Amino acid sequence: MVEWNYNTEYRHSYAEDSPFFTALGKGKLIGSKCKSCGFKYGTYRKYCMYCGSETDDIELPLQGKIHSFTTCYYSGETFRGDVPYTLVLVEFPGIDSLFMSRLFMRNGEKPEIGMDIVAQFKKFQTFTVNDVYFVPA
Amino acid sequence: MVDNQRKVYMIAGGMTPFKKINFKEDFRLNVKHSLDYALKDSGMKTGDIDGSVSAYFSDHLQGQLIAGAMSNDFIGLAGKPSKRIEGGGATGGLAFQTAYEEIASGTMDTCLAYGFENMSHVGTWRGNDIIALGSDASFDYPLGGFYTAYYALMATRHMYEFGTTEKQMAMVSVKNHGNAMHNPYAQAPMNITVEDVMNSPVVSTPIKMLDICLMSDGAACAILASEDVAKSYSGKPVLIRSIGSSSDTMRLADRPFGEVPLLPNENTDMYSNLKYPGVHSFRAGRLAARMAYGKAGITNPEKEIDFAELYDAYTSSEIQAYEDMGFCPYGHGGKFIEDGRSMLDGDLPVNMEGGLQASGHAIGATGIMQAVYAFWQLQGTIHKHLGNSRLQVKNPQRGLIHSHAGTGAYEAVSIMEAV
Repeated sequence: MVEWNYNTEYRHSYAEDSPFFTALGKGKLIGSKCKSCGFKYGTYRKYCMYCGSETDDIELPLQGKIHSFTTCYYSGETFRGDVPYTLVLVEFPGIDSLFMSRLFMRNGEKPEIGMDIVAQFKKFQTFTVNDVYFVPA
Repeated sequence: MVDNQRKVYMIAGGMTPFKKINFKEDFRLNVKHSLDYALKDSGMKTGDIDGSVSAYFSDHLQGQLIAGAMSNDFIGLAGKPSKRIEGGGATGGLAFQTAYEEIASGTMDTCLAYGFENMSHVGTWRGNDIIALGSDASFDYPLGGFYTAYYALMATRHMYEFGTTEKQMAMVSVKNHGNAMHNPYAQAPMNITVEDVMNSPVVSTPIKMLDICLMSDGAACAILASEDVAKSYSGKPVLIRSIGSSSDTMRLADRPFGEVPLLPNENTDMYSNLKYPGVHSFRAGRLAARMAYGKAGITNPEKEIDFAELYDAYTSSEIQAYEDMGFCPYGHGGKFIEDGRSMLDGDLPVNMEGGLQASGHAIGATGIMQAVYAFWQLQGTIHKHLGNSRLQVKNPQRGLIHSHAGTGAYEAVSIMEAV
């Protein structure tokens, strides 16, 4: 057995999803609304999962509720230095689907389903989905 | 859908023991060993096979692209038609169904489906990373997303919706590890207690180390044939009665909140307050099962299925699958294991050989491993293959195998029957 390193630098373009990542730098969360069926997505997508129609950009509320959560004590190798961290699925009022994000709790607080949470934006953009995170409202 | 297809039988199966690390045999030799076993068991020769379908999940894990072609020439099938099927954790299940289609359509009279994965090429943390690339690489993975976390988000919501408990999840682990004590192919047979599972390290709340399936090296194969060919071999063929598959959004966050796709023995009143699937259930699993049941004429799976090999990547997902498959109504999955119904001596045994939790999960091989176990169960030959009869279901007539990709982005359900 020999060991070899498999390491590739990827050029990851957000392409048609770019408006979402750009908006994070302006303190905005952008979702999508299907032009045809009107389904409102909590996670940005340019085309509808049901009919394939193009969607319009919509601005999402910055406050929502915890739909589900998990605190990770293990992870993939890339995030080994981050554990423990908490992931949440966020539900927004009037929006038909969810948004996944990280949740940061204050000392002693524990996440609960239904808890009110609010979006915060990083001061210096990394141009990843981590430019937004949530804290208790 | 048109149903003018030929009947399809499974006439032979084989597998390697699943191991955490197997540096002495590469994927090609694993495939060969599983095929040699199947050929010997059925009295067939390599030349009797018309073509093949290969199944492996990840080029990243394998460190070798077009590994199906390399396996194909290694086992003596160079020059015969072959294709690779990939569909995450459902890879093996979907490859099995593709081989079914080769026979049903009349393209081939015998078709080999083989699956493999050698996950020991990387460590567990790196393996988690690679598998997590099987989620949205823009929106999910960069959060620190990995599969245990995704299933944990589903389990948390299932507990909230239905009152499912961590203790009920632990019971699945105890069952599957205990069953594997009688399976020499299994990677992690263990006599453990609910307390052992509850006290194992938390990976991603509420999922703990002993709630999670294994990463494995191994291979499995199934030889499928038309009715005429099946009759020409002296073994005991098993009918593949029907196949079903479906899909759902890759991102958990995109799952809608609609109505339950009902089975014939369910009604809307049962779920009047349930928003479905959300993230508590696997809609693709339910739709795949409904398709397979429809083709097989099954109207009450709870009564008409004798055993099942379910995709227990996590203990929570086995409980969710009881409901998706219609073995009990939505919300009753926790009670299903608590009442012992999926135990070896229950009325609908599940994962008798240990499932992914204890028998192992060499991803591309897994769905085919399930088919091999179901084949042996329906033949009544568990004693012959495992060296003991402890895991043999008594006189089973019909079994179900089920696997899924991602958090249910693809799902495959196949129904097999004794003849």
